[in-house]
Order: sequence, then C-alpha cells, then structure tokens
Amino acid sequence: MAEQGKPKIKVSHLDFFYGNNKALKDINIELPEKQVTAFIGPSGCGKSTLLRVFNRMYSLYPGQRATGQVLLDGEDILSPSIDVNLLRAKVGMVFQKPTPFPMSIYDNIAFGIRLYEKLRKVEMDERVEQALRQAALWDEVKDKLKASGLSLSGGQQQRLCIARAVAVKPEVILLDEPTSALDPIATLKIEELVSELRDRFTILIVTHNMQQAARVSNFTAFMYLGEMVEFGPTQQLFTNPQQKQTEDYITGRYG
Amino acid sequence: MDKEPHISQRFDEELQGVHELVLTMAGVVEDQFANAMLALQHQDSELANEIISRDAVVNGYEVRIEEECIGILARRQPAAGDLRLVMTLIKTIADLERIGDKAAKIANMVLSMGHGSQGIHSNFLRDVHGMGEYALRMLREAMDALARADADAAIRIARGDEELNQEYRAATRRLVTYMMEDPRTITAAIDALFIAKAVERVGDHARNVCEYVIYLAKGRNVRHIPLEQVAKDLQKGAS
Repeated sequence: MAEQGKPKIKVSHLDFFYGNNKALKDINIELPEKQVTAFIGPSGCGKSTLLRVFNRMYSLYPGQRATGQVLLDGEDILSPSIDVNLLRAKVGMVFQKPTPFPMSIYDNIAFGIRLYEKLRKVEMDERVEQALRQAALWDEVKDKLKASGLSLSGGQQQRLCIARAVAVKPEVILLDEPTSALDPIATLKIEELVSELRDRFTILIVTHNMQQAARVSNFTAFMYLGEMVEFGPTQQLFTNPQQKQTEDYITGRYG
Repeated sequence: MDKEPHISQRFDEELQGVHELVLTMAGVVEDQFANAMLALQHQDSELANEIISRDAVVNGYEVRIEEECIGILARRQPAAGDLRLVMTLIKTIADLERIGDKAAKIANMVLSMGHGSQGIHSNFLRDVHGMGEYALRMLREAMDALARADADAAIRIARGDEELNQEYRAATRRLVTYMMEDPRTITAAIDALFIAKAVERVGDHARNVCEYVIYLAKGRNVRHIPLEQVAKDLQKGAS
C-alpha cells in the first residue's frame, strides 16, 4: 500500500458554481505527489467538475466559478493573477474521447512543445520520441510518424493524447474517463501506462469503472452530490470503507 | 451495518444462497462431531461407520461452496462488505471441513478400539467427554456469530478457546500419569490422548471462524493478535 507522500495539491473549502447551481460543496482534500488518485462517484457527483478546477478548464466558460483555495505546490491556482497557460503546461489533461489534432503523429506531439519551447530539429525529434516512448506508443508508430494522428486506432489515439500531455513535461496529469471509449485490451494498455507514469507525475483520474480505480490508483476519493464523502488508500476504501455511502456505492447498492 | 439490497437482485440471491449453504454445511459438521462424541461414549460402531461415510457429504459441501464463491468473485467482483463476506465464507468452509475430518478420525478410533483386545478405560475418556461438549458449544456459537456477523459474540467465544486448551493440557497430564503408573494402560491412554487432541483442535477451528467473523463485521484482520488487544481496540472504535 502506498504511503501518503507530501501533498502536491491542497484543496480547502472549495465551492464550485455553474451559475447559481452549487456543484461542489466545501471540498477539502490533500492529493499526494507522484501517486495516482482516483475519483469515483455516480454521475453528477462533481468528480469531473473537480478535475476541471485543477487546470482552470472552467475559466473558458462564463458563469462558472470556484471559491476557496486550491494550492498547487503552495500557489493558489484560483487566484486571478495566475497565468492560466503556464498552469495548463504544468497540469496536463486527457479527455474521455481521444482528441488527436488533425495533423501528423509527429506534429501532434511537437505542437504543444513549440508553444512553450524553441527547440532545434534534433532536440525536437528526441522529445517526440521520448514522449511516444513514455506513452508506450513508440514501437507502434515509429515508422509512420508522418501519418495522420486520426489514422490510429482508438486506443492508440488515446495514448497519443497521453504522449502529447507528457511531452510538455507537466507535473500533474488529469485523466477524465480516459478509457470509457476503449475496448478492454486498449483499456488495459492505458492502465498499464498509468502505472508506469506514476513515478514521474501526480496523476488524477476520474473513472466510472470502479475496478479500474481499484486497479490503477493508490488513493481513491468517493464523491456524492458535490461532497467529498471519503478519501483514503485504495485498498482500504475497497475492502473496508468507513462511510456507509461509500460501501453502498462500491457494492452496487445505490438506486 | 444494515445492508440495503443490491441493485442486482440476483447478486443478493447469490450471496444469500452461498451464505445459507455454509450454515447448512455447518449443521452437518456439528452433527458429525456430536455423533462422534456419542459413538465414542457408547462405543457405537454402527454410528461410527455412518459418520465415516458421511464425511464425503461434508467434503462435497466444501467443493460446491468454494466453486460458488469463486463464481461470485469472477462474475461480481465484490467489494467492501461483500468481499469480506465471500472471503469469510471461503475460509470458514476450510475449517469446517477440518472439523469434519476430526469427527471421522474419532469415529475411526471408535472402530479400532472396538476391535482391539483392550477397550479404553472409562476414566480416560471422562475428560474427553467434557471437552467434547465444550467444543461443540463453541462450534455452535461460532456459527451463530457467523450467521449474525456478531463481532462481540465472536470475541467472547474465541476467548473461550483458552479454557479448552487448558482442559487439554490437564487431560494430557492425567493421561501421562496413568501411563507412568501402569505401562499396560499405554495403548488405551495414547488413544485417549489422540482423541483429546482432536477435540482440542475443533475448538481451534471454531476460534478461527470467530476471527473471520470479526474481520467480516469490522474489517480488521485479527489473526495472530491477542484477543484482549482486539477486544480493547474494538471497544475504542465503537465509542
């Protein structure tokens, strides 16, 4: 079982609103560094909303606002003075549906890097290869880097998106139901990848698949109706949860 | 914790079905052991033969329940309390099967004693009968605690095992004294010693089940932790 390391993200008294609708209620949680934390809970419980706070994704939409404090390495990312672009370089995100850019596999990776760094061709080649290797995709695409990212299978596209996310050397990676559109084998490959990446990144994953949370995460947070019901080591949460609501949910007792 | 029904009614039925099957198996095992003690008391070789042949029934329950539990693990991936229940049942049937073996073993001894020239002196068996009643009561209460997932009862019953162990040590000392006093009693006393050991082991198995019940109810593995400590910890947790 994982030891609780030092917190990478510290959330205190976080409320979140869609207009007048309060979607997150007084969330307090410390997410440990270089661990995988899974967020589970029924639809509408706020888990994806919470994930979107961590890279200020919500600021793209008017009427959505967060109050409270979210410290990333001690710096409040809710503060208006934060540079959202720098934040998103530090906190990468992968979505439910694979979203490769309509360009070559190589450029899918290089695109993000170019936004932040000026690299010579050789260096860029190296970075692209490194990212694809980290995403366990290199061997499958090394001979067709010029091919379109859209020509890949769904599972490969998702790994390409993960490669794109790790290429800019983030510290935190957010995964929002990254395998819900994939078949079981592609899903296992992504899960294996997550296990490999967790030594280097703090990974936060939202999933509807409870077995997936049990398989890949060190810590699990169970949310319900916008509240954080229980947070603890994954093994404990799945064998001996402390809250009845958690027990009812993970054993399939919610109507 | 009161359990609401699962969304899947089939899952509820499966869990309940296998739970009931374990309690049925426990009933058979209790009968086997009670009969073994009776057969011993009355030197009843007919009953002893019956016990020996019924051991296959006990083994059959073990295989069937294990298969059903594996099926639930494979198809349902139970979590939390459900997972603990399935694990508890899997572990319990192993102990029940071993108790069944002890009953058959005692029955076998009844038969071999009957054939031997030298019957066991009733003095030797006096200790064993008392121990047998005690062990049977432990077993019944342990199964009751399992049926109700009652951790408090489980701790109380498990603690009683120490008394049975003491009885066994006292019986051993007495039997050794007989043997030293009169070497002609050695064969019979050793038989009695084996039976006493078998009965003492039944208490150990009942105690094991009690420990699983504590795990089932409280989610804490209390194997190899002194029971006083466990009782104290659980009280702390409750308050």
